Amino acid sequence: MALARTEKLPVQTSEDIVKVRQAVRSWAVELGFNLVDQTKIVTAASELARNTVIYGGGGTVELESLLDPKRRGLRLTFADQGAGIANTEQALKDGFTTGNGLGLGLGGAKRLSNEFEIHSQPGAGTTVRITRWT
Amino acid sequence: MERIPILKMGPVLLVSIQVDMHDQLALTLQDDLTDRIVKTHARGVLIDISSLEVVDSFIGRMLGNIAAMSRVLDAETVVVGMRPAVAITLVELGMSLSGVRTALNVERAMEMLQVANADGAATAGEGLDGAGAH
Repeated sequence: MALARTEKLPVQTSEDIVKVRQAVRSWAVELGFNLVDQTKIVTAASELARNTVIYGGGGTVELESLLDPKRRGLRLTFADQGAGIANTEQALKDGFTTGNGLGLGLGGAKRLSNEFEIHSQPGAGTTVRITRWT
Repeated sequence: MERIPILKMGPVLLVSIQVDMHDQLALTLQDDLTDRIVKTHARGVLIDISSLEVVDSFIGRMLGNIAAMSRVLDAETVVVGMRPAVAITLVELGMSLSGVRTALNVERAMEMLQVANADGAATAGEGLDGAGAH
């Protein structure tokens, strides 16, 4: 699997969340995602970017395009150095939140992606990686 | 400060969201609309989201909040023009916008609001807003 291109963006503010959405949209279009798949990955990115800002105290996102012989993919890795999540299984449940959101972000982002990974430890930050294929 | 414009047409407030809103802008719109409903004695709120390419849980929550707040203030909210890809994504995200009335186009939404107002069709003007305004 060839790794075609990567780009790293800051995810610190509410304006950065908008910029992440726009960057992910333009990559998804370039990779040939159909409209529904574009919308899904952009929405998932928006949820994760907001988590990075609100719960992670800011961080970064890395965009990678994946070129398979048969398909193309877009992988997004959100990383922060925030408080971390003690129980990631619980955090993935719809309705669970430690803030004042709806608790749909993490579980929703997982449902909107083809692959989902989360690594987190209290005090050591959180990394969430999602991939969506064409 | 950046704001989404709110237009008044008879007893109905019209909002057309034409930009990719950052979170603060969405919260400002929520506050501005509640304020304008009270000041203008509006009976209906029509929110056009046909330009929105993404509705994530934050914007979804804002729409739900506006619908609930306007209902408490005796005004009905109708959300118009959701794109099909957005609808598919929202449901997969886990949001069904259960408290929000929707219409496919502005004409249908105006009909819904007129039916809702058929019994008490008072057209309150801007001149009545002296008390309670701040």
